[in-house]
Amino acid sequence: MRGLIEDDYVTEEGEFVINIGPQHPSTHGVLHLKVWLDGETVKKVQPHLGFIHRSIEKMSESLSYRNFIFATSRMDYLAAHINNEACALTVEKGLQLEVPDRAKYIRTILAELTRLQSHLLWWGCTGLDLGAVTPFFYAFREREFIMEIMEETCGARLTQNFMVPGGVMYDIHPNFQKRTKEVLTQIKSKFQEYDNIMTGNVIFENRTKGVGLLSKEDAISYGVTGPTARASGVSCDIRKLIPYSAYDQVQFDEILGTGGDCYARYMIRMHEMKQSVFIIEQLIDNIPEGEFQAKTKNVIKLPKGEFYQRVETPRGELGVFIVSDGAASPYRIKYRSPGFSNLSALPLMAKGGKIGDLVAIMSTIDLVIPDIDR
Amino acid sequence: MKILLTYSFSSLATYIHHLLAELITNSLLLQVTEMVILGVSLIAFLVVLCFFLGYMERKVAAFMEIRLGPNRVGPKGSMQIVADTLKLLLKEGLTPDSADKFLFNLAPVIMVIGSMMVIAPIAFAKDFQLYDINIGVLYVSAVSSLGVIGILMAGWSSNNKYSLLGAMRSGAQIVSYELSVGLSLISIVVLSGSLSLGDIVRSQENGWWIIKGHIPVIISFVIFIIASTAEINRAPFDMAEAEQELTGGFHTEYAGMKFAMFLLSEYINLFVVSAVAATLFLGGWMPFHIGGLDGFNHIMDFIPSSVWFFSKTFLIIFIIMQFRWTFPRLRVDQLLTLEWKYLLPISMVNVILVTVMAIMGWHF
Repeated sequence: MRGLIEDDYVTEEGEFVINIGPQHPSTHGVLHLKVWLDGETVKKVQPHLGFIHRSIEKMSESLSYRNFIFATSRMDYLAAHINNEACALTVEKGLQLEVPDRAKYIRTILAELTRLQSHLLWWGCTGLDLGAVTPFFYAFREREFIMEIMEETCGARLTQNFMVPGGVMYDIHPNFQKRTKEVLTQIKSKFQEYDNIMTGNVIFENRTKGVGLLSKEDAISYGVTGPTARASGVSCDIRKLIPYSAYDQVQFDEILGTGGDCYARYMIRMHEMKQSVFIIEQLIDNIPEGEFQAKTKNVIKLPKGEFYQRVETPRGELGVFIVSDGAASPYRIKYRSPGFSNLSALPLMAKGGKIGDLVAIMSTIDLVIPDIDR
Repeated sequence: MKILLTYSFSSLATYIHHLLAELITNSLLLQVTEMVILGVSLIAFLVVLCFFLGYMERKVAAFMEIRLGPNRVGPKGSMQIVADTLKLLLKEGLTPDSADKFLFNLAPVIMVIGSMMVIAPIAFAKDFQLYDINIGVLYVSAVSSLGVIGILMAGWSSNNKYSLLGAMRSGAQIVSYELSVGLSLISIVVLSGSLSLGDIVRSQENGWWIIKGHIPVIISFVIFIIASTAEINRAPFDMAEAEQELTGGFHTEYAGMKFAMFLLSEYINLFVVSAVAATLFLGGWMPFHIGGLDGFNHIMDFIPSSVWFFSKTFLIIFIIMQFRWTFPRLRVDQLLTLEWKYLLPISMVNVILVTVMAIMGWHF
C-alpha cells in the first residue's frame, strides 16, 4: 500500500505534485486533491476521499426506521430536508402508506426553500472561490430569512430532521405562510442585485465561460446529475421525470443548458432559484387542511424486499436503497449521493486548465464533502 | 489664525535644525542625528498611517458588505487594529525547518524597506518634501519594483510549492505591469517637462493635469490606477496571494511579526501608489485652481496644502479599496493578457497622443 502511494508522486520532467486539501480554503471541507502541475497548468487531478466518513449507512442498520433518518441530515447538510424526505419516501413506499396531501405540500415547500438556501449559499461561495468576497454576505442576508423560517417551523436551522415516515413531524407554524411570502418577495427583489454584482461582470465571465467543459456524453457516462448535468444538456430532473410529493401538481420548467462550462452551470442554478420561488408561490396559498401525518404503527416494520426512491437535491439525484428482511431496522442501506458522482467528473473537467480553473470548476459543481463521504 | 494658515513645515524643520546645531557642533554628527530623527519620525508616521489604512479597509469592506466592521475595541472599533498588531507582535515568529533561514527572514525586511524608500520624493504639503530628487519619477518607478525581489525571495526560501507558485506569479505580474505604470508616468513627465515631483506639482498651479490634459491624461490616469493596483498585488490582481487557489501564496509560511511586515508593506505600497497618482494627476498638495479666476484661487488657497494632498490620496485609496471588495480575481493568464494585449498598446498610443498634444500646445 505504501509503495502504491509513493508511486503516485512519480512525475514527468517539469511536473510537480501539489496537495490541495484536506485543509484548503476552496475545497469546502476535507477533500484532498492531488494535483499534477506543469507550471500553472493542471495535468492530472486525483481526488482522495474518506476524511469525513462516518459510516452512516452501516450505522443505520442498527437503528429503527424512524431513527435512521436523522443521520441523513448530516450527509448533505445543505439539503437536510430533502435527504430526510428521500428516506421517509422510501419507508412509505415499503409500507405502501398514503401520505396526507397537507404533508405533501409542506414537504414540497420546505424542500424548495431548502433548495433556495442551498443555491444561495453556493452562489456566495462561488463568488468567494473566484476571489469576490462581497457576494457571500449578500447571499447570507437572504439565506438568513429562510433559516429563520426553518427554525420557527422545524426547530432547527441546518439539520432539521423534520420529515418522518407518514408525513412531517409537526404542523407548520402559524406564521409560516406569511413569512414565506415575505421571504419570496425579498428574494425576488434581490435577483437583479445578484446579477449586477456577479453575472454581468467581465472578470467573472472570463473566469467561467469555456472553463471546465463537460460534454453530454461524459456527463451521462460519469453518472453526473443535477444542475451540473443539466448544464451539459442532460435532462435529469427527478422532480419532472418521476414526480414525488406535490411536484406533479405544480408548474415549473426544467432548466436545460448547453455548453457544459462553468458559466452554464452557474446560470442553471441562478434560473433554478427563480423556479423554486415559482413553485413555492403556487403552493403556499393552497396548503390543504387536514392531517399532517398519516397514522403509523409505533414500531415500523418494512416487508421483506428491496425499496428504492430517488429525489432531486440541490446537487443532483439522491437515491435511497433499503433492503429489508422484515425486521424493525433495515438489513442493508445504501445512499447514492449526487456529490460522489459529480466529483468523479472533476479530473476530466479540470485537465488542461489552470489552478484558478480548478477552483472555479470545484465551486460550480457545488461539492458538499460530507455528502460524498457519508 | 494667520499662523495656522501660513503654517509651513520648512519653518519647523529650520527651527529643529537650529536647535540641534546649538547642541551638536560636529557637522557630520549633526547630519547623522538629523537623518536618524527624520527616519524614525517617517517610520512612525508610516506605521500610524498603516493602522489607519487597516482600519479604513475594514470599515470600507464592512460598508460594502452590509456589515458593521470592527466596533468593539476603542471608540468605533478604532483600536482593533492596534490590538491585532499587538497580537501579531507577541506571536511566535515561526521559521520552517526546511526553509532557507537567511532569505526567509530577510524577505519581509526587504519588502518594507523597498516600500518605505519610495516615500522620499513625495511632497506631503507645500515645502514638505523629504528629498526633492531631480529624477523623482524615475526613482519612484525604480524603487517601487524592489518589492518583487522580496516576494520572490519569500516564495523561494519558504520551500513550499504554494509559495513558489505565488512568487512566480507575482514576478511575471509585477514585471509586466511595471511597463504600463511607467508609460502612464511618462505622459505626465512629457506634459510638465520635469522628472522632479516638486516641479510636477508646481506645474499644476493653474489646473491639475487631469483637467488640463483632456482625454489622453484621463486615459493614462485610468491605466495608472489599474496597473498600479496590479503592481501592488491587490485584488482583483492579488495573484501572488490568491487565497482560494494558493492559500496565501508567497506568505503562506509566514506568521507573527514577519507576516505583519508583509501587511505593512502592502499598505505602504497602497499609500505610495495613491500618493503618486495624486501628485502626478491631481496636483499633489496644489489646491484646486482655475487659470484666470484669481478670487476663486485665493479662496482655495485657504485650505491647507496638506489637507489637499491627503484628501486626494485617500480618495484614490478609497477607489482602490472598492476594487478589492467588488471584483472577482482574474486568472493568471488573463492577467497577463490584460497587460500585454490591452493596457500596454493603449498606453503606448496614449504616450504618442500626449506628446503630440504637448508639442502642439493643445492642453490648457
